[in-house]
Amino acid sequence: MKNDKKYLFDNPDNIKRLLHILYACCAILVVLDLVIHRHTMHEWEKLWFFYPIYGFIGCVVLVIVATWMRTFLMRSEDYYDNPTETDVDDDSLNNNTLNNDMLNKKGEHHVDD
Amino acid sequence: MWMIELPPFVPFFIGALILLFTRGMLRSAIMIAIPIVSAMHLVMVPEGIHLQFTFLEYQLTPYRVDKLSIMFGYVFHIAALIGIIYSLHLRDTMQQVSAMLYAGSALGAVFAGDLLTLFVFWELLAFTSVFLIWARRTQRSYDAGMRYLIIQVLSGVILLVGTIFYAIENNTLEFGYIGLDSIAGWLILIAFGIKCAFPIAHNWLTDAYPEATVTGTVFLSAFTTKVAVYALARAYPGAEILIYIGAAMTCFPIFFAVIENDLRRVLAYSLINQVGFMVVGIGIGTALAINGAVSHAFNDVIFKGLLFMSMGAVLQMTGRINGSDLGGLYKTMPKTTILCIVGAASISAFPLFSGFVSKSMVMSAALEEGYDWIWLMLLFASAGVFHHAGIKIPYFAFFAHDSGLKANDPPNNMLLAMSISAALCIAIGIYPQALYSLLPYDTGYNPYDATHVLAQTQLLFFSALAFVWLNLKGMYPPELRSTNLDFDWIYRRAMPNALQHIFSVIWQADRALRDALKVRLNIYLSYFSGKNDRLSILLSRNYPSGSMVMWVAVVLATYLLLSFIK
Repeated sequence: MKNDKKYLFDNPDNIKRLLHILYACCAILVVLDLVIHRHTMHEWEKLWFFYPIYGFIGCVVLVIVATWMRTFLMRSEDYYDNPTETDVDDDSLNNNTLNNDMLNKKGEHHVDD
Repeated sequence: MWMIELPPFVPFFIGALILLFTRGMLRSAIMIAIPIVSAMHLVMVPEGIHLQFTFLEYQLTPYRVDKLSIMFGYVFHIAALIGIIYSLHLRDTMQQVSAMLYAGSALGAVFAGDLLTLFVFWELLAFTSVFLIWARRTQRSYDAGMRYLIIQVLSGVILLVGTIFYAIENNTLEFGYIGLDSIAGWLILIAFGIKCAFPIAHNWLTDAYPEATVTGTVFLSAFTTKVAVYALARAYPGAEILIYIGAAMTCFPIFFAVIENDLRRVLAYSLINQVGFMVVGIGIGTALAINGAVSHAFNDVIFKGLLFMSMGAVLQMTGRINGSDLGGLYKTMPKTTILCIVGAASISAFPLFSGFVSKSMVMSAALEEGYDWIWLMLLFASAGVFHHAGIKIPYFAFFAHDSGLKANDPPNNMLLAMSISAALCIAIGIYPQALYSLLPYDTGYNPYDATHVLAQTQLLFFSALAFVWLNLKGMYPPELRSTNLDFDWIYRRAMPNALQHIFSVIWQADRALRDALKVRLNIYLSYFSGKNDRLSILLSRNYPSGSMVMWVAVVLATYLLLSFIK
């Protein structure tokens, strides 16, 4: 396999196209919400755009909370393999500095990469 | 043709024995033939009790077929066949034999009509499956397997104690509805709960499954938790506590899944999340909810197996499974990518994929029975599962940044196994009636009404939009090499540390006490001997013969005394 072969997502235009398709689908789904008569079972469901908003906010909250959880749950990869790392408080202190360094690097895995 | 009384675990156990003495093509042929022949046999077996005998005044029923057990019987055969095809390239007798025994034990457990038989297969599940973890042959997998085994055996022991209580209370061992109005009911629920990965008891799963071999994890993901789901569905339908436990199970693992780096561990967390949906369904207990739980278990075995297979293929071909090391593999593993995306779409419950037709039943049942908050939690979990299993897994493995890894698609047998799973996912999604006709109840449920399809599609697309938005903003947590603490920290770190502290304190106190006593004793002894030295030569330190004579006199006097008494 030659490295210089062009693949589908090596071309940034293709990523843009994919994202535009996603945005278009979202827009169509929102419009359909107004068009299709839904027979709902619950009062919240009757609210306009309940599902899109719930899905979007739910995921953002999920990611923000999970990222925050890293600040106190994350340890080095071989944490359990090293029984000498006994003092837990020390350990979490060391890791907090590690955390901040690493968290600052976020965005490394970018959609456009 | 075969005797109808032959329970399905028998061909698997016999097959495992034959595997020991065969090799090469013959062994492969036998491995494939066993689940096929056994499944054909199972299709012909009518409902009812097919094997029963009396043991110590109790009726034992090793083989009972009804609507509930046969669903699991079918899917276990499918899972066994897919797993076997996936592992055909292996040359590892230990794994192949234990996988065969493991599948047989799962079948034995779901067709068990009494608690004692269930207990036997419950323990066999643990003992046969642990070899799939140990077969990785690393220190890590050995340790994880040990922890797995201890917890699984603990579950079995609790089940046995509960069974004894149950037998004394009810004077029967029949495995049917148990309920929670006795101590036996609670004990058995705890035993089932451990195997079902209830919160707090869930870490054996996230600990051991990612440490198992590439093929071992595929088997592991199919059987143990689904046997527990089956057992719960039989013994505790409608137990309200299960609704809350299940809802917790759907929600908390997704947070861990988002920050986990090992992609097979992400899937393990996602497995707990999916089992949570089933547990909620069982807890609601209506016909629709039970149908939802059972059919979701059926689908989950297939799509979770597919996802574990695709990640196994990545691990097999690249030797890596951490999200931080992977990326860009769609270029060289296109078939695996597509198959993985099918699995991801199924677990995310996209319309026309299998997850959609089963998960929605549980959600609808929760709404119908008025569990609004539970429904909201399930909805959040649905969005979350799409986020971590539907997007994160394929994205970080196959897309994201180019890791520079150049790996080809896996061997054909692995691709074939994945293709079968993917075909089943799509087939069930498009034509759910085939699955519904096997379910325990007839509810006339139709997943494909416009409201429902629109709602689910909106939820998923806007979850995807959230992912894209977070990624573009650089707010998405990057994959980092790390261990995330979970409840297992308690027994892997905190308890050993605490015990070490306690013991070192005890030992120090013990030594101090002894030393003090010794000093005291010496002081007293020298005090008395000093006194005696002045009084007489008996008990004197200066004249050992004197004290010797005294002690001989004492012994002789005692003899004399004893002879008088006699």
